[in-house]
This record gives sequence, C-alpha cells and structure tokens, in this order.
Amino acid sequence: MLQISGVSKRFEGGRGASVAALERVDLAVARGEIVSLVGTSGCGKSTLLRIVGGLDPPTTGRVRVAGRAVAGPSPDVGFIFQEPRLMPWLSVRQNAEFGLASLPREERALRSEAALTRVGLAAFADALPHHLSGGMAQRAAIARALVTRPSVLLLDEPFSALDAFTRISLQDHLLDIWREDRKTMLFVTHDIEEALVLSDRILVMRGRPGSVYREYAIDLPRPRRRADPFLIGLKESILDDLDLAAAALMAAGL
Amino acid sequence: MTVERHPSETPSGVRRFAAPFRYLRLVAPLPIGRDAEWAVPEEAPDERLRAPRRRVLPRHAAVGFIIPLLILIAWEAACRSGLAPRNLLPAPSAVLGALYDLARRGELLGHIGITLFRVFFGFLLGTIVGTVLGALTGYSSWWRRLLDPMLQALQNVPSIAWVPLFILWLGIFEASKVTLIAVGVFFPVYLNLMSGIQQVDRKLVEVGRIYGYSGFALVWRVLLPATLPFYVTGLRGGLGLGWMFVLAAEFMGASEGLGYLLIDGEQTGRPQIIIASILLFALLGKLSDLALVSVARHYTGWQDSFRAASEKQADVADQRRLETL
Repeated sequence: MLQISGVSKRFEGGRGASVAALERVDLAVARGEIVSLVGTSGCGKSTLLRIVGGLDPPTTGRVRVAGRAVAGPSPDVGFIFQEPRLMPWLSVRQNAEFGLASLPREERALRSEAALTRVGLAAFADALPHHLSGGMAQRAAIARALVTRPSVLLLDEPFSALDAFTRISLQDHLLDIWREDRKTMLFVTHDIEEALVLSDRILVMRGRPGSVYREYAIDLPRPRRRADPFLIGLKESILDDLDLAAAALMAAGL
Repeated sequence: MTVERHPSETPSGVRRFAAPFRYLRLVAPLPIGRDAEWAVPEEAPDERLRAPRRRVLPRHAAVGFIIPLLILIAWEAACRSGLAPRNLLPAPSAVLGALYDLARRGELLGHIGITLFRVFFGFLLGTIVGTVLGALTGYSSWWRRLLDPMLQALQNVPSIAWVPLFILWLGIFEASKVTLIAVGVFFPVYLNLMSGIQQVDRKLVEVGRIYGYSGFALVWRVLLPATLPFYVTGLRGGLGLGWMFVLAAEFMGASEGLGYLLIDGEQTGRPQIIIASILLFALLGKLSDLALVSVARHYTGWQDSFRAASEKQADVADQRRLETL
C-alpha cells in the first residue's frame, strides 16, 4: 500500500550549510496495517511523515502510495497533525467539509454528517472551534481527515497535546475507526505505550540523520491490555534502544 | 559524557531550605522540628494577592452616555450661573439652538451631506488602493521590498502638506478633497492588511495545501478569512483618519461641509457654530465606525478574542455569584 524506498532528506540552511534529517529510509506498509514510528526528537520521524504526505519533497528516493508516486498532497492520503489546526472561523461542520469543496452540497452534508457522527461530534456540528475542548477539537480534525475517504492516514503525534484520559479514549476511538474500514495508518509518536497498544509494527528511529534502527512486530489481537506483560517487556526493550540512541548522541558531542 | 543523577542525590539541602524560605516573610513562627521541615503551614490566603473582585456595574451600552451627560449638565450650569463667559463658551442649549437654526434654514443637511459624500468616496478609494497594495506586499516579499520602503516614507508626510499639490493638480473642487481623504485612509488599510497576511498561521495554510487548495482558492478559503480581523482594524483606523483628513480638505477653499462650517464659525465669531460642528464630527465619526463594526462583526465573530473571553468570564462570574446567594 505504502512504499518508501531510499528516502533521504537534507535541509538547506543559509550560506551553503545543510542539515541531514533522514538517511536512506526504506519501509513498506501493507494495506490495513498500523505502523508506528517512535524515536527521540530530532530523529526525522515527522520529516518522514511529511514526505509521505507530499508536504515536503524528499532529497533522494521516492514514496509510492497504492502504486502511484507521491508528488504532492492527495485526497487518498489523510493527514492528522499534533494540533487540531481547525479553521477558527468555520463551524465544526464546515471544518469537516473543508476537503470537499469540489463536491455538491448534498454530498458534502451527507459525508460530514457521517464523519461527525463517527467521531461523536454530531451534536456540536454548529459550534465554533474555540468552544471545543482539546479532545473534541482533535476529533473534529479526525473527522475532517476521514471525509475525503483516504486509504492511508498519516498521524503526526496526534494525541500528544492531550491529557492522559482523553488520549486513551481517543486511541480507543482510532481503533474503532480502523476496525470499520481497516485504513492503512502510519503513526508518529513519542509515547511508546500508545505505539504498543495501536500498532502491528513499531519502528524505532534514531540517529542524526535519522534512520530505522529496529523493528518490532506485535502479533496481539486488539484491543490490547496496557498491562500485558509482553507489551511491558517490549516497552523496556524499546526504551533501551532509545536510551542507547541518546547516549550515542551525547558521546558524539551533539 | 553523561551526567546521571538519582533522585535521592538531588542537593537536598537546597530544596529543604528553599521551600520553607518562601513562607519566612509571610508566616511566623516557622514550624519547628525535623518532620516539620516539609510541612506547609496552613496559611490564610493573603487577601492582597487575590485577583480584584469584579464590581457589579451595569454592562449596558447606555453606560457610555453617563459621562457625556454629566459634562453637559455641568457645562450648562456653569454657563447659566455666569461662571463661564458666554462669548467664549456658549451653553449647550445655545449650541443646540444654532444647530436648530441651521437645520431650519435647510443648510445643516447640505453641510453634513457633502462631508459624508467626501468621506465615503475618499474611504472607498483609499480602501481599494490600500487593499490591492497591501495584498500584494503581504503576499509577495518581492513586491514588499519594491514598494514598502517608499510607502512607509510617504506615510510620514503630514496631511496638510498634500493640500497645495492636490489643488494644483486636481483643482479646488471635489477631486482634490476626495484624493486627500483617500491618502489618509490608505495607510492604515495598507499596513494592517500587509502585516495581517504575513501573520497568517502557516499551519493553517498547510492544511489548505493538504486539501488541494492553491492560488486563488487558498487565498479565498484560508488567507482572506484569517486576515479579516487585521483588515477590519485597518478599515477602522482608515475611517478615523478619513474623518481627520476631511477637515484638512475642507479647510482648503470649501464652500460647504462641516469643516467649512467650523471655519465660518471662527471667522464670524460664533463659538456655538464651532462647537456644533465639532460635536457633529464626533457624532458622525462614531456612527460610521459603529456601522463598520456591526458589518464586520458578522464576519469576524469567530474570534477567540480578549473581548469575547472577558465578557464570557464576566457571565460566568455572575452565574457563580447568583449560585452563592
């Protein structure tokens, strides 16, 4: 479904200086799979997601979604950011319909209604974003991403700004949505528990420039118990990977 | 090199003294004994540190009339008692009388009408030019580098300085006056729109890009609504300056208008006419701003502004007060 091959990214600074953010990343995600990218900040995981979403071009390599090369944002790929990024002047419904401008009015209304019901915001369709709580705003953003019916969802630390309870309920919610039509999801997070509960595979990224350091497959049925001993064991292991990464960076004087 | 510190290794001496130290000046005596080191004394909150309580005052729009009315009453009283010399400061009733006189002779509406006409078209012209150039310089840094330094320099030219030039170029009739007003209106509109566009949240623009908006659609769906609050600020500032510039315009060889009325009052030694036209300027300026704001509110009501928030808070506070009663 999603193929990332040999993707590197360099950011050009002023005066010819450039910073390498990603170094030859290869990754394939199967249809319906949930893959998490975890890593310390600065390892390039968000950069990778932006490249997959067509927001930034890669310096080298290529990304294919459903066999087609990514050249820019596409309605087939939904993007959910860390912040809800709702248009403050539009109602929740209008925000949900933001990506549907090319459709006739009735179709827009039907789709946004369905998406808002799906995220439990139907009763707030006419509210303005600043009346919503953080969790509700993020659900509205999810509805906005769902209405275009993408086959791939990219999520960039979508729940990291929320409190622990809201975060857990939205993780469950995301799984409910996934269960309905098995969207392919690529999920950036720095919350290891979140990655453990949600993903089929976890990729640990580290280094500067970042690359995939290790891959964990989790073959447990969902929903998963957060206190599952197997998951706790994995968490230890991933934390070790990341600590090593931090130590290696310090040793290199970065 | 890594510096690792176990929690128990924190320099406890610092913490042990640091925390109680905060209470040293506020609470005496200090709790004594080893176990008491961390005990936070049960202190009564210092009343002086509390947020000031909101006074229960009416929040109705009519509140704005209280002070002007008091001034009018005091002013009338001062004139009637002979405290103020009548030839310098006519009583409010005399000012009203002068206005009534003008109205009865059918002159008043003419003066107001021509002034409104000039402000309206000056405002329109200044707004159009300010919008075009502001959008251009806000959107493109190349245009900003090209135009902005010159425009910012021209902004410093006092309004009166343009008068002789415009008369020379455009004659003494309406064209020169409307142009002068347009110059005044232009700058606030231009500056606010330019900086408004530059301040639009890049993250929202990115959302626009994700959903396939670009070019005009991006401007219409994202940039324009996000800029609107700044633009309205610019329009209001422009309108205010328009009212100032109309006076300058009407000082230069006008035979009609509120500015002319004011000069006429001065030259014929009638202070009540001067005061009447000043009051008319204040009234019309306020009314036109009100009209602008009420149109704009329809489009910018989404703002999570200080004003909206503080009013909401006041409502919550009222609610609480009611509940405690």
